Amino acid sequence: MELLTPDLGIIFWSSLTFLILLIILRRYAWKPILQAIKSREESIQEALDSAKQAKEQFKKLQEGNQEIIKEAKAEKDSILKAARDIKDQIIKEAKDQADVEAARMRKSAANDIENMKKEAIVDIKREVASLSVDIAEKILKKDLEKSEEQKRMIDSFVDDIKIN
Amino acid sequence: MMSGKRFWNILVLIIGVTLFIVIPFMFFDMSGGHHEGEEGHAEKELNVSEMLIDHIGDAYEWHLFSYHGKHASVHLPVILYSTNSGFHMFMSSKLAHGHHHKGFYIASEGEYKGKIVEHIDSDNHDAEHATDDHAENIYRPLDFSITKTVFTVFLSSFILMFIFISLGNSYKRNGEKAPRGLRGFFEPLIMFVRDEIAIPNIGDKYMRFMPYLLTVFFFIWFNNLIGLIPLFPFGGNATGNIAVTFVLAIFTLVITNVSASKNYWRHIFFMPGVPKPMWILLAPVELIGIFTKPFALMIRLFANITAGHILILSLFFMIFIFKTFYVAPVSIIMGLFMSLLELLVAAIQAYVFTLLSALFIGMAVEEEHH
Repeated sequence: MELLTPDLGIIFWSSLTFLILLIILRRYAWKPILQAIKSREESIQEALDSAKQAKEQFKKLQEGNQEIIKEAKAEKDSILKAARDIKDQIIKEAKDQADVEAARMRKSAANDIENMKKEAIVDIKREVASLSVDIAEKILKKDLEKSEEQKRMIDSFVDDIKIN
Repeated sequence: MMSGKRFWNILVLIIGVTLFIVIPFMFFDMSGGHHEGEEGHAEKELNVSEMLIDHIGDAYEWHLFSYHGKHASVHLPVILYSTNSGFHMFMSSKLAHGHHHKGFYIASEGEYKGKIVEHIDSDNHDAEHATDDHAENIYRPLDFSITKTVFTVFLSSFILMFIFISLGNSYKRNGEKAPRGLRGFFEPLIMFVRDEIAIPNIGDKYMRFMPYLLTVFFFIWFNNLIGLIPLFPFGGNATGNIAVTFVLAIFTLVITNVSASKNYWRHIFFMPGVPKPMWILLAPVELIGIFTKPFALMIRLFANITAGHILILSLFFMIFIFKTFYVAPVSIIMGLFMSLLELLVAAIQAYVFTLLSALFIGMAVEEEHH
């Protein structure tokens, strides 16, 4: 029974000691310890969160890069296609131009030929005329020999020629 | 390696400081023994149950060892207040072996057995030589002596303060870094109290009660461990003393009821969901419940620690009961096993006390949520 009877002196001392212990540890031990643990936990959580965020950002960035690469590829393709088109067009244009030029040249050659032909015809006509005149002259000369009159006339013509 | 070194430094410092404080009061009483001498061989027959009670009970002196009837003890200060003769303070060496001092002596039998009593002579107040134990003349003064238990409470508090204040300072300096050394050892325990005891039982308001829960957890644990170390200055049985567990239970009682919510009192006096006449029956039961919960805490801790000590001591007393050395190996092996078990019990009981305290506090601060 003695063991089960709380002793007043022990109650006094242990409650006093425990109270002081509680107050002192609360102020100088538990407060800084719990605060430090809490702030460390928070900083760890923050670090984890930011790492996750960075990972996500990196992923996004990677996706963006993929997009950019894809776009660049498409652009390259389109540029190549455009270049090919331009090339084709240039070739076509050059061909057309050449055709046109050739046609023009052919045409001008034809014109030249025509002109020459015309000139030649004119020349021929003129030659034919002069020839005809000559022939006619000759014929006429033969006829004029027969009379004096004719002789005189021819003389006058000769005179005329002399003047020239 | 660092932490081990620091641990030994701390241990050496604790023992050193304790001895420094205690040595002036130390008194190796090598001359004593006449008390036992008078009893003769007839009394050599061991009274096991008395010795058991002696070992786990409180004492005014710290008995270290006896050799051939000579005792080596550390004497502790006795502080008394008697309404009859006023305030007294002297060393317990003055009362050793049944000596009387200023009318005070340690009662060897009767109601106050083992405690200091004052013999008051009806006409002569200075009862220096009184030897008669007339019950009506025996008076128990207010006894504020630094007994073995009180000394152990002081010692454990000193160790706790030393360890946890330096721990707190170390956290102030570099708490953001990963814990190592002393912090590495104690942080999981502090986290355990917070995450496994406080938060699940108390909820959002846990932070207010953390200082108490941590203090009570480490106080009980350290005292349990001190009780298992057989060498001075350790070995005092504080948590196996009903007065100490009484004080701890009172703390839980006060904290629980002071921080109780309106809801808690409503559940005691006007239990919702029962017919109104039942309140008359329920209120007293619930009111008693306020006190039975901490009462159970007090008894549980006391009984567990006392039982462990009695078991270990009984195993060693078997040698004396059977009066043969051949029992010794059995006693040692069983005692070692029990000591290891007690090491576990020391932590478990600290955990249980803290857990139940947190549970009661949690029930008290809980707000209505139906």
